[in-house]
Amino acid sequence: MIPWQVLAFVFVMWLLILAGGGLIVIILGPFSFGGSVDLDPILNSGIKVAIALLLVTAWIFALSVIKNWIFQKQLKS
Amino acid sequence: MENQIIAAVLVSIVAFFTVFIITSFLIKFLEKRNLVVKDYNRKGGAMVARPGGISIIIGVITSEIALYAFFPSIHILAIVITSSLAFCVGIVDDRRVMGGWFKPVALAFCAIPILLLGAYDPDLAFPLFGSVKIPVLYIGLVIFMIPITGNTINSIDVLNGIASGFTSIASFALSAALFVMQNYEIAIASLALGFVSLAFYRYHKFPSRIFPGDSGVLVFGATYGAIAIVGHVEVIAAVALLPAIMNSFLFLSSMKKIVEHRQIKNPTFLSDDYKLGATHDKDAPITIVRLIVAGKSLTEKEIGTVIFELAAFSGFLAVVTAILMSVRI
Repeated sequence: MIPWQVLAFVFVMWLLILAGGGLIVIILGPFSFGGSVDLDPILNSGIKVAIALLLVTAWIFALSVIKNWIFQKQLKS
Repeated sequence: MENQIIAAVLVSIVAFFTVFIITSFLIKFLEKRNLVVKDYNRKGGAMVARPGGISIIIGVITSEIALYAFFPSIHILAIVITSSLAFCVGIVDDRRVMGGWFKPVALAFCAIPILLLGAYDPDLAFPLFGSVKIPVLYIGLVIFMIPITGNTINSIDVLNGIASGFTSIASFALSAALFVMQNYEIAIASLALGFVSLAFYRYHKFPSRIFPGDSGVLVFGATYGAIAIVGHVEVIAAVALLPAIMNSFLFLSSMKKIVEHRQIKNPTFLSDDYKLGATHDKDAPITIVRLIVAGKSLTEKEIGTVIFELAAFSGFLAVVTAILMSVRI
């Protein structure tokens, strides 16, 4: 029998992947930096890479918080 | 369609029986040369043959070449080359204990053939929302994907049969997802990996007669990662691998650094009745096995069953994700 906490954590990870995908496709993908200024496409991509890495960091941070919350009993043992 | 069904059946047979037959000879060969390691969790500490990576890589190469005979494409070639390079990395690590950074860095180089052959699509597809074009970021993703999948499978190779059984379930789930998405050629490539790992599981399950070693688990992980990239199913592949990713995440968040798994304190202890329980050592890492046995000590076989149930659950989520790929909100 799978402990419910482990199952819940996997399910939350899946939901976070879906939500993260939405953020990347809807906000980050179509966004062009520089506004009316003709920005170098490589620089534009570089900024997007930096933001994507920030999103990954936020994803890991969110998982850490959820991990501590879901597994508080086990982590103390 | 008839051609694809014939290919799927033939490739599956080649994958399964190649590994099934070669592994039985490999066990005798390794035992004769005293290439064995102690299984500490077993009563009496049995000596088990290692590494089984040789039969795994032969199974992957023969089955993927059989698939190439049906569908000659650079995607299949990219899978074969990446897997072979990962085997070389693994066999070096089997012969000499390398530092914690060796495998991630060496595996990153294994991804280069995928880039050189152009066997990838820089659009990253997500369920519900569509895809995003990220040419620069995607090159980084390809280079990171192989070390991540390789080390993720490596990190769950802690008990008898776990790595091969888990890879088998994840590969079949990925194959089902690829069939849903009508990417038949790569679905069969994933099916081959599923049968390779299933045949190996026959000898690796509790009580193990052979361990895959780093050469075996890195082939499992790198082949899986290569299939995910060339099949354009990176997100779905990650979902099928979630329990293993969770294990790596828990490990890293408790250890705060990348270390070779042979250098860490054991997160579990073996009781007198040969059941595994969670250690109370604060310096030991948190792993999926430690969490599973936190409430109650379990036998190695029982822990394996729980992990396989979890793999089946994430495999189900992967197939749901594949279905959601065609849904837009």
